[in-house]
Amino acid sequence: MQKLLLLGDEAIAQAALDAGLSGMYAYPGTPSTEIMEYIQASQQAASDSVHREWSSNEKTAMEAALGMSYAGKRAMVAMKHVGLNVAADAFINSAVTGVNGGLVVVAADDPSMHSSQNEQDSRFYGKFALVPVMEPRNQQEAYDMIFDAFALSEKFRLPVLFRITTRLAHSRSAVARREKTMQNTLSLPGNPRQFVLLPAIARKQYRALTGIYETLRTDSVLDGHNRLLEGKGRGTGIIACGIAFNYLMENIGDNYGDYNILSVGTYPLNRDKVAALVGRCDRVLVLEDGYPMIEEHLRGLLDRDVTVLGRLDGTVPRDGELNPAIVASALGLKSTCGRDVPSLVRQRPPSFCKGCGHADLYSALAEVMAEAGPGRVFSDIGCYTLGALPPYNMVNSCVDMGASVTMAVGAADAGLFPAVAVIGDSTFTHSGMTGLLDAVLKDSPITLIISDNSTTGMTGGQKSQATDRLESICLGIGVDPAHLKVIVPLRKNHEENKSVIGAELKHNGLSVILARRECIQTASRNKKAEAAEKNKSGE
Amino acid sequence: MAGVGGQGILSIAATIGLAAVEQNLFLKQAEVHGMSQRGGDVQSHLRLSDREIWSDLIPHGGADLIISVEPMEALRYLPWLSSGGWIVTSSVPYVNIPDYPEAGKVLAELDRAGNTIVLDADGIARDLGSARSGNMVILGAASSFISMPFTSLENAVRKMFSRKGEEVVAVNLKALHAGRDATGR
Ligand SMILES: Cc1ncc(C[n+]2csc(CCOP(=O)(O)OP(=O)(O)O)c2C)c(N)n1
Repeated sequence: MQKLLLLGDEAIAQAALDAGLSGMYAYPGTPSTEIMEYIQASQQAASDSVHREWSSNEKTAMEAALGMSYAGKRAMVAMKHVGLNVAADAFINSAVTGVNGGLVVVAADDPSMHSSQNEQDSRFYGKFALVPVMEPRNQQEAYDMIFDAFALSEKFRLPVLFRITTRLAHSRSAVARREKTMQNTLSLPGNPRQFVLLPAIARKQYRALTGIYETLRTDSVLDGHNRLLEGKGRGTGIIACGIAFNYLMENIGDNYGDYNILSVGTYPLNRDKVAALVGRCDRVLVLEDGYPMIEEHLRGLLDRDVTVLGRLDGTVPRDGELNPAIVASALGLKSTCGRDVPSLVRQRPPSFCKGCGHADLYSALAEVMAEAGPGRVFSDIGCYTLGALPPYNMVNSCVDMGASVTMAVGAADAGLFPAVAVIGDSTFTHSGMTGLLDAVLKDSPITLIISDNSTTGMTGGQKSQATDRLESICLGIGVDPAHLKVIVPLRKNHEENKSVIGAELKHNGLSVILARRECIQTASRNKKAEAAEKNKSGE
Repeated sequence: MAGVGGQGILSIAATIGLAAVEQNLFLKQAEVHGMSQRGGDVQSHLRLSDREIWSDLIPHGGADLIISVEPMEALRYLPWLSSGGWIVTSSVPYVNIPDYPEAGKVLAELDRAGNTIVLDADGIARDLGSARSGNMVILGAASSFISMPFTSLENAVRKMFSRKGEEVVAVNLKALHAGRDATGR
């Protein structure tokens, strides 16, 4: 079979399809989005009738995947690292219920926060839940490991956490495919109480889980992805986790035989392999993208049995993504560098597209809010967060999906009036609706503006669950129809929009304003697609 | 490879990628998605080799070539350029920030940076009647620094654009040629 040129994300997606996937569940989030997008576009997925619709958020995705697993079929769920916080309740408990059909949870971490609010390390979630974690080193391994992930999930009857980072997710390389596996047939769990986590059942299953977790360390398939490369001499031994191994090899290349190396691809670690490495060296350098997790384990509370180098002693920077230069310096090797960036080069932050409705909304809001004073606009995560940058400087918060609504409620409780929340349509259906119910129940004096561009813009324009539903959702939750307004954020409506916003800001109760104008990117893409469609039918 | 989000540097990368597959070369190409695609600076690291490539990222001082569709963006990646490396860039500034430096000063910096080819890719593309093929002009201009036969790039362009019809293929091939001819190499 010809090799395919695939992003890490796409390699994972293709592997899942080839490994007999029946259902893919996800909510968009950089750098994980392309996994679902690939499966949605895949002919193979279509002809195999693989379920592949976006979910409302990561928790609903995780639960739907668990349901598919319950029914005996293989399911995968993908999210960005912070998405796992949203899905955490379902995820942690799915380790206690265990699975039936294979269940793989892909968490895409974003060290250096290229497109994220933090750089949390999902490997901790694996340890927290007591499940196997796999961390591929490259695109081919990502493809191959997915087969093992499903098999291990069914063998241990546990979800498997598949951890990648931005660099692997969004880097392309050639991938060789394997023979396709058939999908599982529908089959219910042998034990009808397996998924019933009443305390009496949960206690038993949790105790069993703690035992299984220890056996994972020496499982030949799981541990087979951890390689001890014995080299000449003692000196500094190296533990390199996931893609850190590539940066190591980039630097030592043909001299790798001089070093003792443990290349880690799965967790929990095999203690004997770590002991073997430590026994061969005077000190151990730990290279891991994300938090110093293995480093902390190795040091232990007393930090005295092994001399450990890594992020905690400054050998490697405490935060941020690894790269070849950082690893060179950690190894004490000379690294090259080209010329400095000339001082005339300016920062070029992201900005609103020309013709973006969010921008026109903020111009109107800025003028209305000028009277009330600064510090009153709570916002959320999406393209509209760019309202925090000049020339608008309007946004005072961006914390986690949905927080705009509930932070405004809390601030209003404290006496802040007017208080405004600005949220995107997709973010609203992800996690804003429950907060709105809180606001309705106490008629909180806030103005919620849903800036509805009818797409999930920031992540590249995926379908939004909110489209055509916002009025009925808001009314259904109990918003007063007299204070549910719709505006069209266009320059020509500027004055009218200002007066609608101004009037609702004065209202001493809950108001919701839907500011609706289609995303310019989505609109032009749809137009092109339509034209292409016409062209085709014209032929 | 450098540019501004929305300028389409990834189509240059994808074309080289297709050619590399045809040539049976190892390839790694790290790209930036997400936040910065909204008019921010974007970059892609592309590595080609006849043996296995380890890092997805090019080490500092390890790039043989900077291909840029925007002059100031080319300068942003000088720390990655090797001594003796080349810069091939469009001369046309993309001004979406209030403090964009004087265009003349940017070009002077590029001159100082060493081996630099600066060309008005958009102008050349416009003259060909295809204002949107500036990317392929740049790729053509860079082609002599990419150790692959020119024909493999031509084949890749055909594959890239075949879905859009013969006309689009022809225009992009013309742009590729015009870029190569403009450098006289
Ligand atoms: C828990 C979580 N999931 C996913 C993301 C990724 N994410 C950031 S913004 C965004 C899209 C927001 O879409 P919308 O609210 O419609 O606003 P738009 O970008 O279209 O303006 C997503 C999915 C995130 N930051 N956190």
